[in-house]
Amino acid sequence: MAKELWKGNEAIAEAAIRAGCKYFFGYPITPQNEIPEYLSLHLPKIGGCFIQAESEVAAINMVYGAAGCGVRVMTSSSSPGISLKQEGITYMCGAELPAVIVNMMRGGPGLGTIQPAQGDYFQATRGGGNGDYRHLVLAPATIQEAADFVQLAFDLAEQYRNPVMVVADGMIGQMMEAIEWRTPEKRELPEKTWATTGTKGERKPNVINSLYIDPNLCAVHNDRLAAKYQAMEDAETRWEEVDTENCDVLFVSYGTPSRICRAAIRQLEKEGIKAGLFRPITLWPFPGKALKKAASQESVKAVVDVELSMGQMIDDVKIALEGCRPVSFIGKAGGVVPTPAEVAAAAKAAIGR
Amino acid sequence: MTNEIMIAGFGGQGVMAIGKSLAEAGMKEGKEVSWLPSYGPEMRGGTANCSVVISTDPIVSPIILEPTELIAMNLPSLLKFEPTVVPGGTIFVNSSIITEKVTRTDVKAVYVPCLDIANELGNTKVANMVMLGAYIQAMGNLGEETIKEMLVHMFTGPKAKLVDLNIEALRRGAACVK
Repeated sequence: MAKELWKGNEAIAEAAIRAGCKYFFGYPITPQNEIPEYLSLHLPKIGGCFIQAESEVAAINMVYGAAGCGVRVMTSSSSPGISLKQEGITYMCGAELPAVIVNMMRGGPGLGTIQPAQGDYFQATRGGGNGDYRHLVLAPATIQEAADFVQLAFDLAEQYRNPVMVVADGMIGQMMEAIEWRTPEKRELPEKTWATTGTKGERKPNVINSLYIDPNLCAVHNDRLAAKYQAMEDAETRWEEVDTENCDVLFVSYGTPSRICRAAIRQLEKEGIKAGLFRPITLWPFPGKALKKAASQESVKAVVDVELSMGQMIDDVKIALEGCRPVSFIGKAGGVVPTPAEVAAAAKAAIGR
Repeated sequence: MTNEIMIAGFGGQGVMAIGKSLAEAGMKEGKEVSWLPSYGPEMRGGTANCSVVISTDPIVSPIILEPTELIAMNLPSLLKFEPTVVPGGTIFVNSSIITEKVTRTDVKAVYVPCLDIANELGNTKVANMVMLGAYIQAMGNLGEETIKEMLVHMFTGPKAKLVDLNIEALRRGAACVK
């Protein structure tokens, strides 16, 4: 298929339509506005529904309602807006509702700035909502991946009856790259026997709820959810390794900074230093076992974590490595992006060069 | 072979469109491309720039720190980005509104009176296409036919009449380099 030039946000919106999403509820915020803009134009044409809600809180609860009806539904926002959606996300995890949530991250905390950042790693992987919930978090580093992952996210959401989040820094939303439209690998998806589609007098009403007032029942519910989260960890952990074999220093990075690391790897190569990149694709589940395997190679002297934050994923890196290698950090928050030269210098410092 | 192009000017000068045309043409010729805008609370009359990479190799980072070419559509852009261009690189100057000259001696300078030519053609909106024509002529990295084909696809229906005007703008821009 011929390649097409797509802007990240528009590719995400088109990918949702191609995945069969007919419903979108959101509230505007930079740098993701092209997603609702695109869907407001195209969803009505395919018999779908676009609503610009009165707030992010309203939007996520509209998503809850639509997901309860068993339809494919998406919302998108950027960091402060995602903060507002946290209550809805924990409710959807509790009620086991499939939906796709896109976070085109910008600088924080608070209103922060509109420039790209990755300061929402904790929020995405630990959850800003209450209770013991988890959801898959997919982190694209290219526009091709953004398009692929949004389509995949809808399938994963239905397979596990759980919301799936796609997180990217604002740069992925704003930039254009050539992509090919691909169909995701076909998955056997469960029938939505739980959806509130009307009983037609033939079955008991379905109830969508996250309230289990009896502590014993709530405990059973949590055990069942935990087993589901474990199944996701077992089957859905994803990562990419670039030049990791026998590398002297290993970068760990996701999204746009992982591309800066790749530029740094080329610079380091010229100086005779073999650097590799370990790129988590799912931030949750974090590919800890694979990371430890890559970092445990005899050649690896140090691990350098690179983020557009003040250091959040580094916690998962340290947990995964169990102290087997020194871990250093380079990152910038608030919308500023480190240069390949700065990243390369951090790698050299980490291995004493 | 990699071209890292910084295109900068006032919002409304068609800076983003120059970049998109270059990226689209590069893609059509089977090259790897990326287009990254500076985005912010920008508006018409504010400053805008975009970074375009066209490469025969996979592009690792879309962020350009040292462009191989700079297209400066206004003076602030020339002043800001002239020092960043790689030695041996090329700077394209919209000489209709930039009266200053490129001060560096280790880069090539190409002066294109984009706005004057666009005025002669009767439509100031094609000033960016004049610059695009000059760029393609000077760099020789993209086929003229590719751009022309793109214009035919870009302007359809009632806008189809703009194709010839844009092609003429490209030709006049190219003539500035010959």
